[in-house]
Amino acid sequence: MGIDKSPTATLGNAPAGYEGPGFFATSLDKAVGMARKNSIWPLPFATSCCGIEFMATMASHYDLGRFGSERLSFSPRQADLLMVMGTIAKKMGPILRQVYEQMAEPKWVLSMGACASSGGIFDTYSVLQGIDRIMPVDVYIPGCPPRPEQVIDGLMQIQKLVENESLRRRDSEEYKKLQEKYGLN
Amino acid sequence: MADVLNTLNEKLKTKFGSDILSAEQLFDFPVFTVKKEKILEIIKTLKEEEGFNFLTDLTGTHYPDNKGQELGVIYHLHDMPGNRRIRLKTYASLADPKVLSLTGLFPGANWMERETFDFYGVLFTGHPNLKRILNMDEMNYFPMRREYPMEDAKRDDKDNSMFGR
Repeated sequence: MGIDKSPTATLGNAPAGYEGPGFFATSLDKAVGMARKNSIWPLPFATSCCGIEFMATMASHYDLGRFGSERLSFSPRQADLLMVMGTIAKKMGPILRQVYEQMAEPKWVLSMGACASSGGIFDTYSVLQGIDRIMPVDVYIPGCPPRPEQVIDGLMQIQKLVENESLRRRDSEEYKKLQEKYGLN
Repeated sequence: MADVLNTLNEKLKTKFGSDILSAEQLFDFPVFTVKKEKILEIIKTLKEEEGFNFLTDLTGTHYPDNKGQELGVIYHLHDMPGNRRIRLKTYASLADPKVLSLTGLFPGANWMERETFDFYGVLFTGHPNLKRILNMDEMNYFPMRREYPMEDAKRDDKDNSMFGR
């Protein structure tokens, strides 16, 4: 098995559009969707063991940077995706919510692991039984902890959502209702 | 190891007499049960005269069957130069859960007493800032007391058949 010397790389699928010499025309939302989905900047809100598993996912073997998530930001203002990884205590709830509120639109939330999705095995007085009690969640990744392959799968689901999102979803009725349901307006 | 127990027992008994309720050797620890009013003086004596300069741990317990002496506060002291470890226990009732605070002697007792207050409701008199440390401030009960059922019987969002109960 030698080194693969084929000259072309595997490209992603181009959206439907009109192609001509030196140009490619497609609709704006498809172009923007493609740009957004390949440059999701996550905010790793890592609290527990799932955070360590996320570190493994970001490392070279599984490499989340391949999907455009090379630049993690701990500042909510500069992040697109809030990845909540780990057990969230009831005392941490308002802080997590504040981080979510500070994020600029468009934003998505990924709940990784059993604790963030539903409280996990910690059905106690101090653990928040799922972050969807305080904020809307887009993708849940079950597992305790989920393997890096599953985290990548979750991110690819987020990519599907991001690609097909309308450009200004913050004005859509459905989104506004969702925000009101959580008291985020 | 029993010498530690005996020497300290003699010393404390001569100084404090009947305030030392019991002294016994539990495996590798001499354990003294004392009256809660004298706990500060006893620990001060141990620190200054016997050299127990390190408070390893301060924690609480709750024995609901010991009427009048339900809430216990347990202290672990370590004599670093002489390498001796002892345990002190003192009990308070639920009606009067006040115990003297050790923050004057050991600054490390500050957060440990806050934790004991947070989980057992033991009120430490003389503590500079006695408020909850690990739980939410709005919580109105003390979780580690043995007064509550393990699970909330009225939960309707967890399906028992899925959880193997």
